[in-house]
Amino acid sequence: MTGAPDTGGPGGPGPVLDLAGLGFGEGAHLLVRRALAGLAPGAVLGVAGHDPALPLHLAAWCRREGHRMLPGPFPDPRVRAAVRRRPRDRDTGRRHGAERAGSPGPDGVVARPPAHWGPAARGALVEAGGPPVPFDVADRDIAWTDLAPRLYAHAAAAQWDPATAVDWAAPFTLPDAVEQAVVQVMTYLVENEQTALVIPARLLARVHPHFREVLQLLAVQAADEARHVEVFTRRALLRGGRMGTSSAGGRASLASLLAEPDFSLAFFLLSVLGEGSFLSLLGFLDRYAPDPVTRRVARLARRDEARHVAFGVAHLAHRADRDPALHGRLRGAVERRHDALRDTAGLNDDVFDALVVLAAGAWTPEAVARGHRAVRRLREEMDEGRRHRLARLGFPDDEAAELSALHTRSFM
Amino acid sequence: MTGMTRMTRMTGTTEPLLLGAVAYDPKVVTIWTGFRSWLTARGLPFDFVLYAHYERQAEDLAAGRLHAAWHSPLAWVRSQRLAAAQGTPLRPLVMRDTDRDLRSVIVVRADARHRRPADLKGETVATGAVDSPQSTLLPLARLREHGLRPGEDFRVLRHDTGVGLHGDHIGGERDAARALMSGEAAAACLSDASWLLFAQDGTLPPGATRPLDRTGPYDHCVLAVGHAADPDLADGLGRLLRSMDHADPEVRHLLDLEGLTAWLPGRTGGFAALAAAVTEAGHYDERGRITAPEYAP
Repeated sequence: MTGAPDTGGPGGPGPVLDLAGLGFGEGAHLLVRRALAGLAPGAVLGVAGHDPALPLHLAAWCRREGHRMLPGPFPDPRVRAAVRRRPRDRDTGRRHGAERAGSPGPDGVVARPPAHWGPAARGALVEAGGPPVPFDVADRDIAWTDLAPRLYAHAAAAQWDPATAVDWAAPFTLPDAVEQAVVQVMTYLVENEQTALVIPARLLARVHPHFREVLQLLAVQAADEARHVEVFTRRALLRGGRMGTSSAGGRASLASLLAEPDFSLAFFLLSVLGEGSFLSLLGFLDRYAPDPVTRRVARLARRDEARHVAFGVAHLAHRADRDPALHGRLRGAVERRHDALRDTAGLNDDVFDALVVLAAGAWTPEAVARGHRAVRRLREEMDEGRRHRLARLGFPDDEAAELSALHTRSFM
Repeated sequence: MTGMTRMTRMTGTTEPLLLGAVAYDPKVVTIWTGFRSWLTARGLPFDFVLYAHYERQAEDLAAGRLHAAWHSPLAWVRSQRLAAAQGTPLRPLVMRDTDRDLRSVIVVRADARHRRPADLKGETVATGAVDSPQSTLLPLARLREHGLRPGEDFRVLRHDTGVGLHGDHIGGERDAARALMSGEAAAACLSDASWLLFAQDGTLPPGATRPLDRTGPYDHCVLAVGHAADPDLADGLGRLLRSMDHADPEVRHLLDLEGLTAWLPGRTGGFAALAAAVTEAGHYDERGRITAPEYAP
């Protein structure tokens, strides 16, 4: 734009914008808008340029934008149209009532982001109005944990590629019965991981996006489980066998996890108790794996699960600090689930036997006894782990022991 | 609000003001449902009905089955004739700020040999629908001023999309623009706003067209109040609409959808050119009866 003193609209001298050959089909409005933004309301801008459509396109654009076209003739022969800037800036009007959606960093999380912020970026200037988006987990005390940003960063950095993280071509040969035991355990793991995928995926859709890092963490958690499903399936089928069995009792146990509607209670049951127990199981498989592929997939999954458990414990500890009634509700959730599963069979017998076979390593009475002892130790370890985590949430030792004993016999 | 409450009490009426609007697009439901909530929350008893086309809306307004109608400029012309014929009053209540001083353009391809409107003699000219003021009736009247008779001195390639919607459906204009670019027509008749839109959305490549001629300025939609309306309620509607503030987030999205930033008082001077064009084209007769051949909304 030039500020030639002898030009302008009919009102007298004023600035002139020269568009040269630029038309409104090529972005001329950007230059016009920028030039007008630099003027006071009511001031006049002369517009020059040689696009044949210029005066007519400018007139239609001004009508839409609320500016006024002024009739010629114009003292400056270059000027083909003159625009009087609208009295009030419409963008200012659009910003009327706008507010910042907190601030971008984790310390900018607000206590109760309103529903109409919807998916707006944290820290964005949010225009008033707009539809309320009903995210029901929209309270900082329920959704947020200070550990979430750090856990998310860790989770994002720890992603691995199933195609390359496991040496699928590693040579090994197993007796049929041992291979079958591996396949059975993998089949069991897949159905557990599929449940562990669905739960965070469901819950994340309910969390207000203002709590961005929580959503990100849950999304990565679901992606972790997707990879676990892949590698366990791939190991099960590696030697060309068929998948193992899925018991009704096992699925009933998982269904009762899926049935928990409360955000915090669902994480308590899944991450603190279920995945917590799985840490011991995956450690057991790492130790007794009869082949390098089984060992590797168990180890990779265990690393991810440790992060999930850490989030669950951190989240619940954060909530327990703020809500003294939480312990009673956690207890109620464990008892309800126990009652719901009272008449089911517990752990799939085929899975139990397969674990014994893997730990036994041979078909002698001594080896089987050893394997059986190892599985009993596994259950004890699971129980110790649960009691330890319950204690971290503030349960007294005796109550932690009681609740741990009520946990599903199907581990997850 | 207080004024409105007083007014309602004064008139003692419970019958809402009934407005007609044409459902040329699904957004019409959002717009008028939103306006209705906003108006009734401010004490104005208000209801609306949607029409499939403007002709029935104009007839119902004349018959007193409607109190008011959100009218196209062509529907205004017809309502005016119907009202004059039966001796009933009709007034323009409000219009959008974007309804004032539009123009239509007759555009050709940038590289065309045509320099003056007279160069279109013997050519094909693409227009919108038969009942589109902006892309048929007004630009063809402009060519008549230049001594070019549609259908005689040049061929009219009409694009009858949304007949009865008086050109509110932009499809006919878009097809006219496409006919120009494909070489089917030598010129296309468009409103200036549509010409800008097609240049910006890529329907017309940048720099591919230039104006051959343009009409004088004219006005577009108007909210018409008929003889059956309670004058106080109609005044209340006008006052409330004009108080709508684009800075108010509650109505801003409705105003954005309807394409305005402010409601202005209605005026009739901007419809004279269209009224003349309607008579020349024989679209309606002087009593407001439909006389256009091939017009079946």
